[in-house]
Amino acid sequence: MNDISLNHYLFVSTALFFIGVYGFITRRNMISMLIAVELILNSVNINFIAFNKFLFPEKSEGIFFALFIITIAAAEAAVAIAIIISVYRRFKSIDADTIDTMKF
Amino acid sequence: MSVSTFFFYFFSTLMLTFGILTVTTKQLFRSAIYLLFTLINIAALYFMLHYEFIAAVQVIVYVGGIVVLILFSLFLTQQAGTHLASPSLQQIIFSSLASLCGFAFVLWLVSNAQFHLAVNTSSEYNVSDIGRHMLSFGRGGYILPFEAVSILLLAALIGCIAIAYKRPAHE
Repeated sequence: MNDISLNHYLFVSTALFFIGVYGFITRRNMISMLIAVELILNSVNINFIAFNKFLFPEKSEGIFFALFIITIAAAEAAVAIAIIISVYRRFKSIDADTIDTMKF
Repeated sequence: MSVSTFFFYFFSTLMLTFGILTVTTKQLFRSAIYLLFTLINIAALYFMLHYEFIAAVQVIVYVGGIVVLILFSLFLTQQAGTHLASPSLQQIIFSSLASLCGFAFVLWLVSNAQFHLAVNTSSEYNVSDIGRHMLSFGRGGYILPFEAVSILLLAALIGCIAIAYKRPAHE
């Protein structure tokens, strides 16, 4: 714990965040985009936990933020998958480029 | 190099490798499995910070819940063995450029930031403290967000059924 500093954790979480951003931009399948969003949310969680550990170890705000983010991510994934299944039933495809009915 | 340093580098290297594989692999099933390994390595990082409860929640909710949900939706919407269309070269170049620029910018911000590091990072924080804070009304209590999140989960539950419900054909 001595030589691993806060900046190491911030480096790792930043790298994971932009891996998720890259995946979100390049992938066109809706489930792949959902997976990339999960990576982004997890990298933010690493930040909260690391800040809580290294800056305010006697407090607990970071822990609770991480817990609520995990809960909301679970709800978001469930709703997104329900929407994806509904879209698949109507369009027989979950490719984000082919679903352009409401595009002007 | 101490043992914890070694394990930090080990887990974070594995995590970033599996993360890159998650967003670049051609097969969607493999992408979901790589996501699972990424999440397990993130839980290992939480263990190394001595937040065992968060690590356990991470494993239970993400690995046991969300990845299984994603795998089920893959079974429902994909044929086995289909490959994803690879993005065009232009798309790869520009999106990796955007990601690298953002990465460099955030790293520059982080390296210039002045953090007031705590002197003693070895405070014990156990599960009973988390439970007491979660349900207390006073300062440091989280009863209001706890209830709000409960209502959100209930709404998500009902909303998922309403969205994915297959209506009868005669309507």
